[in-house]
Amino acid sequence: MNDRVAEPAVTRPTRTVIRVQTDDFDVGAEMTALRAGSAAIGAVASFVGVCRDRNDGADVAGMTLEHYPGMTERALAKIADEARGRWDVIDIAMVHRVGPLRPTDQIVLVIVTSAHRGEAFAACEFLMDYLKTRAPFWKQEATPDGLRWVDARTSDDAAAERWR
Amino acid sequence: MLQLLYFARLRERFERDAERVALPAGVADVAGLTAWLRERGDPWVTELAPGRPVRVAVNQDMADAATPVADGDEVAFFPPVTGG
Repeated sequence: MNDRVAEPAVTRPTRTVIRVQTDDFDVGAEMTALRAGSAAIGAVASFVGVCRDRNDGADVAGMTLEHYPGMTERALAKIADEARGRWDVIDIAMVHRVGPLRPTDQIVLVIVTSAHRGEAFAACEFLMDYLKTRAPFWKQEATPDGLRWVDARTSDDAAAERWR
Repeated sequence: MLQLLYFARLRERFERDAERVALPAGVADVAGLTAWLRERGDPWVTELAPGRPVRVAVNQDMADAATPVADGDEVAFFPPVTGG
């Protein structure tokens, strides 16, 4: 008799991971942890936002991210819930850094798992568009002319508006 | 009492990140509270002038001018968000 019986597909509750942290994150480790234990997952889509060295025509030496503790986590949870209402996704992770960051540093990570890629891609883009316009984070950049608060972009509003 | 919070540019302009105030007489919503803060003069009247890009949250949910404000609420004022 063959010992290698087929393993049953592991079923587990879906995961929603929301974290605001000063520390960096490991994309691979986050992805591995998020999808662990579910054989229902056929697609994993992710987005990583990174700090650039130029913005709005000025050199950027670094930035500081401020947020509204409590409301931030609440806003991200609502955005994740909204994505679940629109697409058949399995897991969602949203990790956002705060505090001082330098060019090339990772800022934000969104991961979505689903059975098929279409849902994961769409939900991932939606989560980022809504995060950028609804989650209470603010960036202050250090430029050669001093510190300046980053202005909200109308293009971000337009991107979020597409999902209405 | 109301717990008022200020973030980012508004925190800097108002030179405070939080304050506790008694619910002003006659104030029942965000529009009323904002008008009451404008009575403090500059920089309040400038930063909170109609048409300025200011967002308000009541008890950590995004609010608009008509959102009710009641004793015990936490009301936050901040610029449009720029995370991500």
